[in-house]
Amino acid sequence: MAAVTVAVIRFGGSNCDRDAVRALEHLGIDAEIVWHEDGLPADPSGVVIPGGFSYGDYLRAGAMAARSPVMAEVHEVAAAGTPVLGVCNGAQIGSESGLTPGAFTTNRSARFQCEHVHCRVERADTPFTRAFDDGEVVALPIAHGEGRFEVEDDRYGDLVDEDRILFRYCDADGEVTDAANPNGSKGNVAGVLGERESVAVLMPHPERATLPDLHAGTDGQGLLRAFA
Amino acid sequence: MTAYTAVVTVRLKHGVLDPEAERTQEALERLGFDLADLRSADRFEVDLDAESAEAAADRADEMAERLLANPTIHDYTVEVEER
Repeated sequence: MAAVTVAVIRFGGSNCDRDAVRALEHLGIDAEIVWHEDGLPADPSGVVIPGGFSYGDYLRAGAMAARSPVMAEVHEVAAAGTPVLGVCNGAQIGSESGLTPGAFTTNRSARFQCEHVHCRVERADTPFTRAFDDGEVVALPIAHGEGRFEVEDDRYGDLVDEDRILFRYCDADGEVTDAANPNGSKGNVAGVLGERESVAVLMPHPERATLPDLHAGTDGQGLLRAFA
Repeated sequence: MTAYTAVVTVRLKHGVLDPEAERTQEALERLGFDLADLRSADRFEVDLDAESAEAAADRADEMAERLLANPTIHDYTVEVEER
């Protein structure tokens, strides 16, 4: 049977779930919110782990939701090739659950930061970036307190070698500089790939840069078209 | 079975930036304290019953591995004492 619906998982404390559904529907992509305790629908066409503050960020951001039963299902569909995207708290959940490498922890500023940033597309041959060119600069909003990407130095080298860095924070000209790094992320990493290129997490919010009326640009559309 | 308390201490690995600890140090210095450095850690006290101190430590160790610590950024220690 044809898969038709993107499952946007809602945990207690998710707050970008409706935004994600609305952004996807704006692109003509069928999507529905799925309460985590209900599990994934059969054969979803994709999975979005949305932003928010699941479980109040207890212990560490994403730590609790990462250990909920629905994440075992997400790992299964991800391994089978279904596109899976974690955004912001969804990125924290994804990394905490081992879906993607590294960790997202306290911003260098020790503050919650709500800003518009630029990101450079590090590889354009993934479902999430095929709308872009290699090296293209996209404008996306961030809103997080724990978005600093950390990973062991040797593991970081592996990620670079394996071409698993998806986005890096950069300036408007595409230069990856410390000044353009909003949160102190290692290597300015804003988003990384999982074991497969159909699994990705990022701290910026594509769903907040999809509806033209929001005046945050529409670069997020390119990412969400992974689910079309 | 013996009653134990396992103390799991989770701290950032050496070299991992701790912005909250840095701000805490700055606040202490603003209060007039003289200090060279400050590190923070999370301490979990887990009451449990086990056959031996080793078994209690093993169980607490697994708790740290699977939830209490994030091995990407954290080191942890486990200490067990009878309760």
